[in-house]
Formats: sequence, C-alpha cells, structure tokens
Amino acid sequence: MVESITPLPLLELRNITREYPGVMALHNVNFNVCAGELHALVGENGAGKSTLCRIIAGVTRPNSGDMLFHGKPYAPSSRSEARNHGVAMVMQELNLISNLTVAENIFMDRMPTRGTLISYRDMNAAAHTCLQTLGLNDINPDQKVWALGVGQQQMIEIASALSRHCDILILDEPTAALTQRETEHLFAQITELKKKSVGIIYVSHRMEEIKRIADRITVLRDGEWVATSPAADVDMDQIIHWMVGRQLPEPCVRKTEKGTVALRVVNLTVEQAVNRVSFELHHGEILGFAGLMGSGRTETMRAVFGADRSDAGEIYLYGSSTPEQIRSPRDAVRRGIALLTEDRKQQGLFLPMSIRSNITMTRLQSVSTARTFIRENIEAEVAHQWCENLSVRCRDEEQTVGELSGGNQQKVVIAKWIFRDCDILIFDEPTRGIDIGARYEIYQLLDNLVKKGKAIIVVSSDMQELMAISDRIAVMSDGCLTAEFRRGEWTQEAIMEAALKELINREH
Amino acid sequence: MNTDGGKTAGDKRYKTAWQTTGLEYLSLIAVMAALVVVFGIIEPRFFSKATFLQVANDVPAVVIIAVGMTYVLIISGIDLSVGSVLGFSAALLGTILTRYHLPLLPAILCAILAGALCGLINGLVSVRWQLPSFIVTLGMLEIARGATHMVTQSRTVYIGGKIGAIASTHILGLSVPAILAILIVIIGQIVLSKTVFGRYMVAVGTNEEAVRLSGVDPRPVKIGVFTIIGLLSAVAAVIETSRLEASDPNAGNGLELQVIAAVVIGGTSLMGGKGSVVRSFFGVLIIAILGAGLIAIGVRDETKRLITGVVIVAAVILDYYRRRLGRKSAGFGKE
Ligand SMILES: Nc1ncnc2c1ncn2[C@@H]1O[C@H](COP(=O)(O)OP(=O)(O)OP(=O)(O)O)[C@@H](O)[C@H]1O
Ligand SMILES: [Mg+2]
Repeated sequence: MVESITPLPLLELRNITREYPGVMALHNVNFNVCAGELHALVGENGAGKSTLCRIIAGVTRPNSGDMLFHGKPYAPSSRSEARNHGVAMVMQELNLISNLTVAENIFMDRMPTRGTLISYRDMNAAAHTCLQTLGLNDINPDQKVWALGVGQQQMIEIASALSRHCDILILDEPTAALTQRETEHLFAQITELKKKSVGIIYVSHRMEEIKRIADRITVLRDGEWVATSPAADVDMDQIIHWMVGRQLPEPCVRKTEKGTVALRVVNLTVEQAVNRVSFELHHGEILGFAGLMGSGRTETMRAVFGADRSDAGEIYLYGSSTPEQIRSPRDAVRRGIALLTEDRKQQGLFLPMSIRSNITMTRLQSVSTARTFIRENIEAEVAHQWCENLSVRCRDEEQTVGELSGGNQQKVVIAKWIFRDCDILIFDEPTRGIDIGARYEIYQLLDNLVKKGKAIIVVSSDMQELMAISDRIAVMSDGCLTAEFRRGEWTQEAIMEAALKELINREH
Repeated sequence: MNTDGGKTAGDKRYKTAWQTTGLEYLSLIAVMAALVVVFGIIEPRFFSKATFLQVANDVPAVVIIAVGMTYVLIISGIDLSVGSVLGFSAALLGTILTRYHLPLLPAILCAILAGALCGLINGLVSVRWQLPSFIVTLGMLEIARGATHMVTQSRTVYIGGKIGAIASTHILGLSVPAILAILIVIIGQIVLSKTVFGRYMVAVGTNEEAVRLSGVDPRPVKIGVFTIIGLLSAVAAVIETSRLEASDPNAGNGLELQVIAAVVIGGTSLMGGKGSVVRSFFGVLIIAILGAGLIAIGVRDETKRLITGVVIVAAVILDYYRRRLGRKSAGFGKE
C-alpha cells in the first residue's frame, strides 16, 4: 500500500475508522508521517481530512483502528493528552476567545507565573517573540482578539501551535484565509521545523502550495484512502483526478457586457481602517479586491453594508445622485446589497440549527404564508435544491450545520446569500475552505449571476482566484485604494506592488 | 398539518420529528408518573380531590408565565420581574374595580396593558443600552413590587364575587383558567415552531450577530418577547385575582424562580437557542405535583424546599442523559 518507507514512520495510523450517524467519515484508513517530512492530506470537502487530523490530535476518538507513535501504542483521549505527547494542531475553524488578549490566547494553558500570579510582562514578551517569528510585527500581544480579522486570527492560532515543542504538527487548512505574504512566513517556519525533524501533516485545497512544499501526498475520497505518493512522482492532474475522480473543466472566460453603475462609493472613511476609498461597481461585472492582510478590504465592505459605522463618505446606488443612508445591514439588504462575511462561524452561520433554517434565514418571509407561517415543506425544497446545486455533502437538509465539514459550511453561507437574491453581492473570501472541484462550480454560479445583471464584489486572499474570475481588480494597501486594473492589464507583480505601496510609503 | 405535496425530503422529516418528539416528552411524562407513584405509595390519600384541586388551581397561572419564560430563555435572556409584574397588574385590577368601579372587561384590559407595558420597558431598556436582561428585570422586580405596594397601600384589596366568576366557571369540566392555559400553550408552541417570529427567536438566541448580519433586526424580536412575557404575567394576574377574589400586594412573590425552574426542567437551555413550550408545560406540572404531593404526605416546609431543590437538579441531570441518548440515535456527535 505505502511504497518505499525508508525512514521509520514517527506516527502510524492503521485501519482507522470513524463513523458518524449516516456517514462514514473515515473507513479503514492507513496513514503515516515520518520525522522531518511534510505529508500533505488532500481530498474534496467532507472527504475526512479534518476528522483524521482531529483523531491524531486527540479531539475525536476513532471507532476502531490503532495508532503508533514512536513505535508505541498511542490513543490520546483529549487534546491536552496529545499535546503532552508532542502533538500540536491548528484546527480548521478559529477557536480563539475573543475577549481575551492575543498573548492570553497563545499561552492559554501555560501562562507564565511569578509566584501564584500571572506575569503579564513575561507573557507579552514571549508572545511578542512568537509573533515576530511569523512576521506579525503589527499585532500587539496586549490587544483583544475580537478586533482582528480572520487572517490575523489564523496567524495567531499558528503562532500558538508553533510556540509549543512538538514532534508532530498538524495544520488543517492554515492558509485558507492567508495572503501570500503570511503564507511565505509560515513556509519559512515549516522549513525550520522540518530541519528539527518535526513531522508535519498539512491539509490544503491550494494545489500550488502542495506542489511546492509537500514531500508526500495522501489522497482521501469519501472517507476512503485512495493513494499515497511521494510528491515528486505525481503531477497535479493526477492528484486532482484521484481527488474528484474526473477531470476538471477549463474555466471559461466570460464575455462581459458591462451594464450601468450599481454601486458608487465616494471617499468612504472608517477611522484607523479605511482611508478615503472610492470605487464604482457596474451591473454585470465582478470586481475583485486584492490586498494584504489588514489592508482594510473587509472593513470597507462592512461599512458599505452598514455592519460598521463609517466616519465619512457617500454611497450611491443604481445610478441615483442622492446618497443612501445605510445604517444597518437591514437597510443594506432592503436596498439589495448582500454581504457574505469572512468569518462563517461567528458571523455567518447558526451552527446548532439545520441547513434548512440557515439557508432561508435571509428571506424567511418568502417561504411563509402571509409572511408569518413558515411552510416547512417549501423551505425544505429550497434547501434541498441548494444543497444539490452546490453539492453540499450532508445527510439531508435537516442536519445541523455544525456537523458539516468546513468547506460544506462555507457552501451553506453562499447558498444563504444567493437565496436572498440581492442585486449587489459582496463576497468576502467566498471560497475559503472550498475544494477545487466545488470552487469551479461556484465560479460558474458567479458567472451565471453576472450574466443575469448582478453586480458582484469578491474579496479574496487568493490572487490566482481573483485573476481568474474578476473583470476588474482593485487593490488596497493600508486602508487606501492604490490601484485598479482591467482584465488583461494586470500582472501578479503589478498587483503585489500596489498592495505594498502604502506600507513602503509609510516606512520612508 | 402540511399535506400539500411533501415530497422527497418532506416525509422523512416529519417522521423523524415525530420520533424525536415522542422521545422528548417521554422522559418528562416518566418523571411525572414516577412522582405520582411514589406519593401514592407513601400516602394513598394522595389520590384525592384535594390534591387534584391543588394542582389544578396552582398550575394555570404558572403555565401561562412559563410560556413567556420559555421564549425569554430561548433568546438567551431571563426575566426576574414576572412575579412583581403579576403583583402589580393584580393590584391595578383590584384598585380599578373597587375604587373606580369600572366594568370588569375594561378593568381587565387595563391590567393586561399595564403588564405588557412593564415588559415593553424591560425590552426597550435592555435593547437600547445593550444591558443584560438579568439586571434590567432585577430592577423591574423592585420597581413593580414597590408600585404594587403604593397602589394598594400594602393592604389586600377585596373585590368580591363578580371577578370570581372567571375562575369558577367550568366548561366541559375544565375551569376557564385551565382552558386559557392550554390554549396559550398550544398557540405558544405554534408561534415558536411554525412562525417567522419563532424562528427569529431561536436564531437570536443562537447567534445574535449573525442575525443582524443576515439583514434581520434582532431588536424588535427581543422587545417583542419581553412584551409578551409582561402581557402573559398580567393574564396570570387576572386568573390569580379571580381565584382569590382579591388582590394581595405580595402576590407572585418568588414566582420567577419557580417558573424558571419549571422551564429548565422542561429542557429549555439557559444558554439560549433551544426550548419547547410544551415541555415547559410538563415542567410546571412536575413541580406542581411535587408540591401537592409533599403537602399530602405532610412534610414540613423546610423539608419541602429541600426536596424540591433536589428534584430540580435531578430533573436537569436526567435531561442531560436524555439529550445524550437523543444525540446517539438522532445523530449529533460533538465530542
Ligand atoms: N460532529 C459530526 N457529526 C456528524 N458528522 C460529522 C461530524 N464531523 C464530521 N462529520 C462528517 O464527516 C465527514 C468528514 O468531515 P471532515 O470535516 O473530516 O471533512 P474534510 O475533509 O475536513 O472537509 P473540508 O475540506 O470541507 O474541511 C463529513 O461528511 C461530515 O459531515
Ligand atoms: Mg476540514
């Protein structure tokens, strides 16, 4: 099954099976990691990658199968027990406590003390070094976590895991919300760890990353082991074929018929985050927003949507010359603006509620009699339809969203907003955690929406994605809009340069 | 109920809904049955008209407030002022009837409006200044009780027979308050599980920020829920006043904890986002049977409190196991 094991594996999983009601998350899976190697784990949404990681990290227990760690039986019953054995993990979903500080979150279970009291000085200093290694100079260890964006929170989770001494490090989609710059910092650290012969398990849907850093690749499909191979021996097409069991279509380039102006933002300013940003969005186009982490893209979108107060600036809709007063998301939605937030767990989903309730939440009246009595069978049909359209992997539409895999949760958020049928759709990191196959389906969906005359903004940390789907790309840097490119005019270098512009200015 | 074209997904769902519902109520009914059996063995006279009347009298008012409390807990709030609001509405009713000699119906209307107003104030204040409802309703607990004593000058207001007709009229063997309580439970459950408002309540209790970012304003939902519980407290006040044919300025003292206990026994979560009106109804029945049973076997008041406390905690622990069981069969699976 597993070819050429030259070094003895550090961790070995044998015939691991984990069943959830109605789904076999893992079925007789064999897997191993050697010291000093990066073993990438790939597969579609719901293939069982996170489940495998959680089992190794002691968060979930397998129904059957055994694990050997350093050649000895290993069956952690809790995350802290796994930690004591030297297994650290960055989970797919963010787990920081938002009203504690960055430093408190990093050192949650091992706060440095002097006598019996926590020594904040020691802790903040340690956190500072820890953040420094990942190039996070602009995050203050004393800062509360709630004010940080998803990308920054993800980096803190990574910093926290890296600050532990471990033999095995599990990274479950660490880069899904990261831009290139942070990814580079992470990769530098990974190289260091490999030199210290730490075994790394790495989950990602970004194929170019896998190609770059993986030593070996294991593919899972529907909870079954499909293949394990040294990375050098396979090409990406082969891996994608193993993952989805078919060839992916080439993304088609859309012929755009740019329509009238749908949204015009003039000098939008949010204190400390957005500085006099102006742009136009037309019907029938996708406007991409590129930029580094913390460049103010999310803040701009939240201000347009009325989720946060803006301090200055006007918003004009549908070619009107009187500025709109958008004071709350409700105002925005009534005017036909939708915002898919970047943080699905805190801001997008109702985890203990069913897929059905989550999807219809934005427009419950439309599935109700007299806008009051919910017609559950119509609701179920709507939800069922969306689950099919977006191929959400679930038992049925009554399953609670919290039980879905990360990528499938993201699909539910997308369904929720497309169901609302707004004219202006703002998507903040829409494909975060979504596998490559489903990603194409979502691009297709966006294309169809645009053809119907919708105006779409996509904020993404994935530059390839932006370049593939946008008609225009606006670039933000440190709260300012620094450049705008039309399709065909952009290059990755030009975008990168614009994204760094204000930071370089500031340093001079 | 929904017969029109429930196709593929529909049928399966209703079946599972039935199954889980059965399991849901079964544990509560089992607790009730156990209590009845235990009391019956200890004291055969437990099966008497007196016990039955005791339960039948005590229950309707508490059930009606429990419906509102279920809503409040679902939106992850709490209302400590229900007892005082009940007292205040009762005092108003008594005073209006005896001092101003208004006809019965307008007087009742005034009392109910007053209760709804108290609830509205609770809701508005906690929403406007984003205060925890615990604090706001704690304030209202004192305010309404103070107002009650002011209105009645701390004396019981005797009203006499005309209001007593409400409680003493029986239709098909059921008293008007009992019928009212059952109606309110049924309507309450339908509003919770079948209407847009009910869905919003659960959503607000689950993730208020996500509700706001879905373009739905959570504030009217919260204000609405507090108004409803104020209104229901006043309805309970009318029933209590009618039963006693008088307004006692201390009516409803300590009632809030009794109601919360009943609702929690019914499995509604204090963390919000989950609860059932019908289960709260069973919760009230359990506490009432326990109270009546303990009186029937003649235990002293302090022992009664001790045992009641133990039963509350035991019932909640039982509910924990019920949920674990439900999760295994119906398929949750959080570790
Ligand atoms: N707690 C749970 N209860 C029920 N089913 C679950 C639970 N956790 C995971 N599953 C199911 O197990 C399967 C595998 O999930 P897992 O999270 O491992 O997928 P994944 O490969 O990480 O996907 P993604 O790329 O979307 O993160 C999915 O079908 C999911 O619905
Ligand atoms: Mg996952």
